[in-house]
Amino acid sequence: MSVSEIAPLTPSAGPTVRSVRDELHGDLLEVSMGPHHPSTHGVFRMVATLDGETVTRLKPVFGYLHRNHEKIGENTSYLSSMPYTDRLDYLCSMTNNWAYALAVERLSGQAVPERAEYLRVILAELTRLLNHTCLAGFLLQDSGASGTPLMYAFREREKILDLFESLSGSRMMCNFQRFGGCRTDATPAWLGAAASLADGYGRFLDEFEALLTGNEILMARTQGVGRLPAALAVSAGVTGPVLRASGVDYDLRKVDGYGVYPRFAFRVPLGAHGDVYDRYMVRVLEMRESIRILQEALRGIPGGPVMDPKAKIRGFRAKPGEVYSRIEGPKGEIGFYLISEGGPNPYRYRVRPPSLINLTILEDLCLGHTIADTVVILGSIDIVLGEVDR
Amino acid sequence: METAEQIRDRLLARFPGAPVAVVANPGPGAQHSLLLGASHAADLARFLRDDPGLRLDFCSNVTGVDWLDREIAEAAKPAAPDPAGAPAMEAGPKAARIQPGYLEVVYHLYSMALKHGPVVLRLRTGNRSDQVTVPSLTPVWRSCEFQEREVFDLFGVTFAGHPDLRRILMWDEFKDHPMRKDYSEPDDYEWEPTPHGEVLPKARRHYPAAPAATAAKEGPAP
Repeated sequence: MSVSEIAPLTPSAGPTVRSVRDELHGDLLEVSMGPHHPSTHGVFRMVATLDGETVTRLKPVFGYLHRNHEKIGENTSYLSSMPYTDRLDYLCSMTNNWAYALAVERLSGQAVPERAEYLRVILAELTRLLNHTCLAGFLLQDSGASGTPLMYAFREREKILDLFESLSGSRMMCNFQRFGGCRTDATPAWLGAAASLADGYGRFLDEFEALLTGNEILMARTQGVGRLPAALAVSAGVTGPVLRASGVDYDLRKVDGYGVYPRFAFRVPLGAHGDVYDRYMVRVLEMRESIRILQEALRGIPGGPVMDPKAKIRGFRAKPGEVYSRIEGPKGEIGFYLISEGGPNPYRYRVRPPSLINLTILEDLCLGHTIADTVVILGSIDIVLGEVDR
Repeated sequence: METAEQIRDRLLARFPGAPVAVVANPGPGAQHSLLLGASHAADLARFLRDDPGLRLDFCSNVTGVDWLDREIAEAAKPAAPDPAGAPAMEAGPKAARIQPGYLEVVYHLYSMALKHGPVVLRLRTGNRSDQVTVPSLTPVWRSCEFQEREVFDLFGVTFAGHPDLRRILMWDEFKDHPMRKDYSEPDDYEWEPTPHGEVLPKARRHYPAAPAATAAKEGPAP
């Protein structure tokens, strides 16, 4: 039965659950999960059509948090958009800042001091640890491991947030990167604290994995669920750990080699099956690689300024031109597309949100699985609605 | 990685007479783009995806740009506006001409197989009001599906051949396209009928008349 044969769904203000009459297959049930369902990680809705328990059609509905971030970016100066980028993916404000700062630097040809490049790598890898730890906790919470894994994950997350707070003044809304460097310098004490966190993080991962990775229930819930073929992943523009779990070797830290990433030795973990379990495992392995990058960067961070003294921050204007620039965020490729006409504001300010584009394949992953599995599949895609809706 | 000019020449060799042009980008990144005509866009895009030398299998970013009507000084500048959006040079008291605006859809392509990119494609609509249809590239790259819906929603570009063209971020009943440069939100944006809407104008009839100008200067009574 093709999907188009089912009676067309229209977003209705009716009751949450209503039946859809289909002559061949009897009653199909249309379930609207969300926008306030706890498993949807924010205000996100899935309109699923069920044949028994099996999903035969699923349409994501979002936009509840839409505030037209891009229009705001076009109506404010380049610098004023920096704190707004914190609010895109509010778990990963440091990488959002970096992606935006890098785009503006490429638009204007601005150089960055080496210490700032190292600091950016350190902060980006801390963000990756933070995001993947939270994701693993949420994923297990969604699949029914109530409480404990999430609390373990949040305990570690707090340590990273403490580091962010002592460096930037804010736990989540860091607003830290600037065009041509970073806002403040890291003290030796801060670098020492980051190093001890990086050294101890492997032990936390060992503990976490001992509890969960080989867990029979977790494997039963996640293995073979939500398989994403590599060809579909590439065509659908899926990026980040979700793509690599399908076995496609595409990590922008290696491919583009932005910043000082080419100096670090790290491996890119790849999945073999592209199911939910692989997506979980790829993230755990990525965290172990991040620890290696962190330790190497913290050992090798040079002295010097963190800000180009000639950089113009306030009243910044870029020469006419346009640029598309992207980095490997924890959720995938986060890119910024800027068009300058020489004025104080960008003429066009576009965010390429990895969460939104990774959602393209949500229906393909869920078809044929039970409604309970959609929760786990959505959890493994790792979306943040602040970025999906912008 | 071939330059934009080389790709254009190869496209023209494969599809003689196809509307392809290179749009220069004066920025330091020099990401030049290929302007495709609407008639051949899907064929050209499929060629870019499948050609063994390019294999642009990954359409990373799709977005719209709204270019308003521009005044072009007739003698100083050629007919085409600067695609990167540089302001038109002033050429003294020459007769200025209005260059009609258009909407533009920009695609950023990369190759995951060969790990190169970006190749930038641009499609342009005829104007900003009634000729706003461009061919959809969703059949070529699935990642365009949500992003083209977003361009349709926020810019009002219609994509011919898109499988599911609906609003994506704004609600379905919304009328306008907020990312257009001339969009202005209505004053009564959050207005909803309440008794106050009728009561307050009625009550105004009972207010005392506005004091004369001389009385206003004396200020309030002590």
